[in-house]
Amino acid sequence: MKFAVLVFPGSNCDIDCYKAVKDTLGEPVDYVWHTATDLSDYDCIIVPGGFSYGDYLRCGAISRFAPVMNEVGKAAEQGKFVLGICNGFQILTEAGLLPGALRRNESIKFRCHDTTLKVVNNATPFTTDYAAGEEVVIPIAHGEGNYYCDEETLASLKANNQIVFTYTDNPNGSVADIAGICNERGNVVGMMPHPERAVNSLLGSEGGKQMFSSILKTWRDTHGTASVR
Amino acid sequence: MLKATVYVTIKKSVLDPQGVAVQGALHSVGFQEVESLRIGKYMELTLDTNDREEAAKRLKDMCEKLLANTVIEDYRYELEG
Repeated sequence: MKFAVLVFPGSNCDIDCYKAVKDTLGEPVDYVWHTATDLSDYDCIIVPGGFSYGDYLRCGAISRFAPVMNEVGKAAEQGKFVLGICNGFQILTEAGLLPGALRRNESIKFRCHDTTLKVVNNATPFTTDYAAGEEVVIPIAHGEGNYYCDEETLASLKANNQIVFTYTDNPNGSVADIAGICNERGNVVGMMPHPERAVNSLLGSEGGKQMFSSILKTWRDTHGTASVR
Repeated sequence: MLKATVYVTIKKSVLDPQGVAVQGALHSVGFQEVESLRIGKYMELTLDTNDREEAAKRLKDMCEKLLANTVIEDYRYELEG
């Protein structure tokens, strides 16, 4: 299975994502520059955190027009796995691949600490190694992670089981305590917490490890055992 | 040449934490009469055209596509010149 970690000017969690894949899964992973126009080699695309284009105008607003984002759209359509973390989540909402928007934290503070998440949907390709309702510790680091959607969208998120993670102690004012959501098909997930920073007990938590193992397991389940290394 | 001014504000139905904080700050320095305050963005654009109708149409597209996120923001613009 081959992973791409996109790199925009201002991405700063790209190395963490790269290492999380390499160290947790040992699968091939490449950094892919934002000007790339071909993602056909990759099975999973990670849109990492950071401050792409300096968050000018709005977080994620400019990066969503980077050439590589057309390819991310195509990959999502093909059913490939797309994971947006933090700024990556913001970019996916700006690109219309996920509903809603991220606003400034209600407290106006940049929040950087561990949070406890509840796994609401463990049927996505990113969460199969968690139990439904399981609580995991994954850190956040954001100033604009306050998820917003209107009531109609919230109702459809609930009806389609698109809420993937909720906070047990909402740190930013997100609607319905939402920490992460997926698209209707489930192959595109966006979340504000950083699973790539929770893959080693030295970092304080291993709660993000199962996200990476889930991706590989789901991919192998759908692509047969021939690809097992 | 036309000059355009674009104003982007957080929708009335959406909380504006920055605005609330600045309102609180005004209260704390004695401006109790401030009932609400919302913070937005102000942008000045110079357009290389004299066709007002076309410019207005293009501005609307710019706002919808990039300058505002219509999920959480409203926009309006003025054209001069």
